[in-house]
Amino acid sequence: MAYLARRGVAALGLIWLVLTFTFLLLQAAPGDAADLLVAPDATPEAAMQLRQELGLDRPLPQQYGRWLANLLRGDLGESFRRREPVLAILTSALPVSLWLGSMSLLLTFVVGVAVGSLQAARKDRWIDRLLTGLTTAVYAAPSYWLALTAVALFTYGLSKMGAPTWLRLPAFGLTSPASEATGLSVLPDLLRHSVLPIAVLAAVGAAGIARYARTAVLDLARSEWVRTARAKGLGSGRVMFRHILANALPPLVVLLMLALPGVVAGSVFVESIFAWPGMGRVMLEAISARDYPVVMGATVFYAAIVVLSNAASDLLLHAVDPRRRV
Amino acid sequence: MTRTERWAGGLLVALVAGAIIVPAVARQDPLAIDDVLGARLVGPLSSDDAGRFHLLGTDRFGRDLFVRMMLAGRLSLAIGVVGSAIAGLIGVAIGAAAGWWRGALDRTAMAVSDAMLAIPRLILLLLCAALWRPGTTTVVVVLAATGWMGVARLVRAEVIGARGQQWSDAAQALGGTPLRVLVRHVLPNALGPAIVATTLGVGNAILLESGLAFLGLGVQPPAPSWGNMIAGGRDLIVTAPWVAIAPGVALILTVLGCTLLGDAWRDRLAGEVPSALADRA
Repeated sequence: MAYLARRGVAALGLIWLVLTFTFLLLQAAPGDAADLLVAPDATPEAAMQLRQELGLDRPLPQQYGRWLANLLRGDLGESFRRREPVLAILTSALPVSLWLGSMSLLLTFVVGVAVGSLQAARKDRWIDRLLTGLTTAVYAAPSYWLALTAVALFTYGLSKMGAPTWLRLPAFGLTSPASEATGLSVLPDLLRHSVLPIAVLAAVGAAGIARYARTAVLDLARSEWVRTARAKGLGSGRVMFRHILANALPPLVVLLMLALPGVVAGSVFVESIFAWPGMGRVMLEAISARDYPVVMGATVFYAAIVVLSNAASDLLLHAVDPRRRV
Repeated sequence: MTRTERWAGGLLVALVAGAIIVPAVARQDPLAIDDVLGARLVGPLSSDDAGRFHLLGTDRFGRDLFVRMMLAGRLSLAIGVVGSAIAGLIGVAIGAAAGWWRGALDRTAMAVSDAMLAIPRLILLLLCAALWRPGTTTVVVVLAATGWMGVARLVRAEVIGARGQQWSDAAQALGGTPLRVLVRHVLPNALGPAIVATTLGVGNAILLESGLAFLGLGVQPPAPSWGNMIAGGRDLIVTAPWVAIAPGVALILTVLGCTLLGDAWRDRLAGEVPSALADRA
């Protein structure tokens, strides 16, 4: 319990640091909110009045205090462009990003560990060499390029080459625009639309995890207790799952959390290419409209997701590694 | 030199040489637009109406993609290398100071680095690109400003380790000022891991730079960068897929070369540098 409390305080402290950092960054940027809000032909007096209304003429510490107090009440400000509360804009986009992110993270882990273990089990055979080449190349590829290539292949190329029509996957949006389905009947359409974005995002992460899973499994396979397990007459499947993978899991959980910022970054591109109305797209649109409150709010959201999942991974580590529970 | 190092090194040398030589000797201007109708969207390995051969085809304005790709390579490689090198230098300076003098300086530096690591690097880059004007200089500055944390942590750990060693005490006992002992004796021992981490960072930086350019927040057209070339082929992906695919292949080869080289050097230092899995574009 003491550990949990300590971890929670540390996570909160980190989020506070991020908040302060983003506040200072905004102050360091040229111009202020009033420069953007005020009409180009407005008089200097009108601009001054707006500054007073927004509180931009107060001393910096006071502005900081007000900003932080508002944040604690869940008030992230109001979008310049859409005139809606930032929190409402972000929470309406969050489920889309969470669906994309969590499914890809799950696939990243499952596929990555499976590919890595397969490679280790078939070390130096042709399948290992093939997968090593493939994972290294995919790991080096930018997600938006992979996404575009996948679109070219799966929405056009393959069906032109005579592949069955069910392989022709939709490339844009969450659901078909013409669909009138409601409730649960949306699900098949949603899933078909999710295949490409989730697969592309998971491919990049899985390639990274597979590279490390291969090394981790190979290192463990050399240990003496694995030789003992084999000598006892256990089958190679049982040795792999019960003895090797169970021990390889804790470092891989850490790796998965290290992969999280990559998934977040990838989701920005994937959402942009597949036109998914998630956080990444909200952030990009806000950037091109210079809608600072939304940009800041999205940054805070992203940071909170990373910090919280780091804390969660620590707890997960406790769950999968009995040695830590002592 | 291992086989991987030879391959990765050769690949990078070939790319750099191509980026320097090809645009200089090419007969086609990679920036000029002349016969748009006769030369646009020519497929790879074919010739346009004027009979000019295009190895990788042309883009929508009839510009040769291979020459453009190599010209873009100059900018992408330069931004990646310069951005990471500056980030590496900042990291060494901050890490060394924090590890050597400890105290409030150390706590502040590590708190700032923790906070910056908590924000995904792409988001940090997007934030800065939004606050300042997008362009080549902004990208380099922002890459440097957001890439120093990993190196700083490594160097700090190395310096703290060296601080307690007898030779470092001896160097001070012989009358060396703390700064001199740090720079002349302690830092050279910490540089290996820092160089490896910086090399691994180059691939990442190039990926991030191209990502920003793809989103229109990095290098601005008409200057070609691999990212904005891919963006230029984005809506042609079905009718003329080579426009987006070709620069992507160049990008993958470059990042592959940097990653393999960095990995090989890391293996030499055996376990001194943690994996650089985080912060991918």
